[in-house]
Amino acid sequence: MSQPSISKSMTIGESGLAVVFAVTAFLCVVASAKALDAPFAFHAALSAAASLAALFVIVNRYLDRPAALPPAEINGRPNYNMGPIKFSAFMAMFWGIAGFLVGLIIASQLAWPALNFDLPWISFGRLRPLHTSAVIFAFGGNVLIATSFYVVQKSCRARLAGDLAPWFVVLGYNFFILIAGTGYLLGVTQSKEYAEPEWYADLWLTIVWVVYLLVFLVTIIKRKEPHIFVANWFYLAFIVTIAVLHLGNNPALPVSVFGSKSYVAWGGIQDAMFQWWYGHNAVGFFLTAGFLAIMYYFIPKRAERPIYSYRLSIIHFWALIFLYIWAGPHHLHYTALPDWTQTLGMTFSIMLWMPSWGGMINGLMTLSGAWDKLRTDPVLRMLVVSVAFYGMSTFEGPMMSIKVVNSLSHYTDWTIGHVHSGALGWVGFVSFGALYCLVPWAWNRKGLYSLKLVNWHFWIATLGIVLYISAMWVSGILQGLMWRAYTSLGFLEYSFIETVEAMHPFYIIRAAGGGLFLIGSLIMAYNLWMTVRVGEQEVQMPVALQPAE
Amino acid sequence: MSFWTRHQVFEKNSIILIVGILLVIAIGGLVEITPLFYLKSTIEKVDGVRPYTPLELAGRNVYVREGCYLCHSQMVRPLRDEVERYGHFSLAAESMFDHPFQWGSKRTGPDLARVGAKYSDDWHVTHLTNPRAIVPQSVMPGYPFLSRSEVDPDAIADHMRTLRTVGVPYTDDQIASAAADLKAQADPDNAGGDAFTKRYAKAVVRNFDGKAGTPTEMDALVAYLQMLGTLVDFKIYNEKANLR
Repeated sequence: MSQPSISKSMTIGESGLAVVFAVTAFLCVVASAKALDAPFAFHAALSAAASLAALFVIVNRYLDRPAALPPAEINGRPNYNMGPIKFSAFMAMFWGIAGFLVGLIIASQLAWPALNFDLPWISFGRLRPLHTSAVIFAFGGNVLIATSFYVVQKSCRARLAGDLAPWFVVLGYNFFILIAGTGYLLGVTQSKEYAEPEWYADLWLTIVWVVYLLVFLVTIIKRKEPHIFVANWFYLAFIVTIAVLHLGNNPALPVSVFGSKSYVAWGGIQDAMFQWWYGHNAVGFFLTAGFLAIMYYFIPKRAERPIYSYRLSIIHFWALIFLYIWAGPHHLHYTALPDWTQTLGMTFSIMLWMPSWGGMINGLMTLSGAWDKLRTDPVLRMLVVSVAFYGMSTFEGPMMSIKVVNSLSHYTDWTIGHVHSGALGWVGFVSFGALYCLVPWAWNRKGLYSLKLVNWHFWIATLGIVLYISAMWVSGILQGLMWRAYTSLGFLEYSFIETVEAMHPFYIIRAAGGGLFLIGSLIMAYNLWMTVRVGEQEVQMPVALQPAE
Repeated sequence: MSFWTRHQVFEKNSIILIVGILLVIAIGGLVEITPLFYLKSTIEKVDGVRPYTPLELAGRNVYVREGCYLCHSQMVRPLRDEVERYGHFSLAAESMFDHPFQWGSKRTGPDLARVGAKYSDDWHVTHLTNPRAIVPQSVMPGYPFLSRSEVDPDAIADHMRTLRTVGVPYTDDQIASAAADLKAQADPDNAGGDAFTKRYAKAVVRNFDGKAGTPTEMDALVAYLQMLGTLVDFKIYNEKANLR
């Protein structure tokens, strides 16, 4: 460094955050002492401990660091910030395995109800939100944060904005997961599907999410490229829209600021509409827009081909985000929601098929001239198959949103099968593919520890998905048909419990499929772990992407 | 300038891109959600729908806490088989005081919108304690712990006050006598029973779990289940009255 005489002092961020965490720790201790219910006391104590830990880490980091902060560039090259990315990638793998495991447990509980053990903490009703939140928000969320922080730096050729802020985002987000997840087990839930966390977890998430948006946006503003890369549009739409959805669906009034229970501001029909406006767009923006960003960066990079059509990606982007928002009411067909809203929801859901397939074509055709790589590169194969699953479930979705189809499929396992063809096939595989790329890149390794293990993962997981979704198709359609079956005398043919009994074999097949998917992820975790531990160091820096014109 | 060239304004300016995204995603939500707050035809006018009694509310909170909605819907659709299996299709008014709504999206178990008064209290207590004691093929978890956990009568008034703030029309009288009403509903020998049933039309006073003493969560949950779908009298309900 040219100026060794710089005097060392705390940045505004360091001193400010240290004060904020000190105050938070104090407030949390008070809240814990005055808590009205045990889970709230536990969460307040946990927050106090986390705040103290954060305070300690900030001060300790300050004492250890040199006077100057890490430079934005070294020798004219961006000095990328990989720490938060590595942490998020690790947490993604951890929560992924945890979420798949809980999924296997609840699938088994449906096949063998004795596994509920008559205990409150592990009954199906409490574990099911733990499964959905762990896979969507914990696994998916960490994949999105890790990849977005990587892609935004690389495609903007700029170091991630902020010094502590990126760490605040990744640690704060995972702390939110911890509070939400332990809350479910203790019975703290709003019982709004995919929006179960109670008011204080929601407030914390809001703060973390705003900082996430700022880090991402300021990095884009600092970019060295004239254009904002396509993937970043999708990430930006994902971050902004999730903020809007979260705030719209969750306004709630706590019974006491020292208790976990709250009542949501919306009631009845309006609550239903807000909930599925949120719920379907959690699919549309969290599980689709965010992961499409992954598709738009990782598939071209891995295939070493440009995106098939830049213009198609422009149409894809605007059409997708415009149409998705309307699709929520298809979750409420034939309910007390007014017919006009249902019809609007159905119409837009069907139209949504077009941008979805436009995006799929853009992803798949990026492979033109490089299809041979599918034979030799199982990671690319995983990415490409994920896009194929995306195409399949975005055809199935619009079909199920047609009212007459929905009258059969709704309330049955068909919905569960549809969700999992999207979740396991699309979100799961594109995440795995991205992590298989990202880990060697972030840890500066020449390649993965073993491509053979990726191959095993691919085939075991694919087999698992096929078992899962075909079991759910059969059980869903079977149950839907049994519910509406009439005898020749005009009586309902089956009692409800007969339809439950008929599900048993399919629930076992589904659990087996889930088990295979879990085994695949364990193979992956081992592979990534060995890549980091024994992988060869990459010497040469990869060449920056050409800006799009 | 072609469309594609004009589009560069979004590609080169992050703030314009964000504003564009916000505008595009706002339209669908505004069009679908806002009218639900002012179109009069959204929620039909029906006699009989009232806020939950303190004990029913405590029971509903147990229902919410245990995530029952993940397997049980509370929304009968106007389809022939559903109306025959469960009863009259659900009206919007029937869940107008529900914060949150519990319509559900999956029927691993049957719909519960009209389960009230279909089975005896004994049936519910036995079934909740061990579902397979009554229905051998059932895959429902057992909830024996509900009988061991008491409801705190003094806490419920604050819940009703909170609900009133978000729009549930509890009266001052109802909130003032919340704790007494909670105990009265589970105890037929309680002197406050008459005053309680005056405050809540069609409310049922019974010892739901069959045990003496402070009401348990089992009392509360069964009280809630037994009132589901019973408030509107469909013998006198005129569905044409709401056509406009």
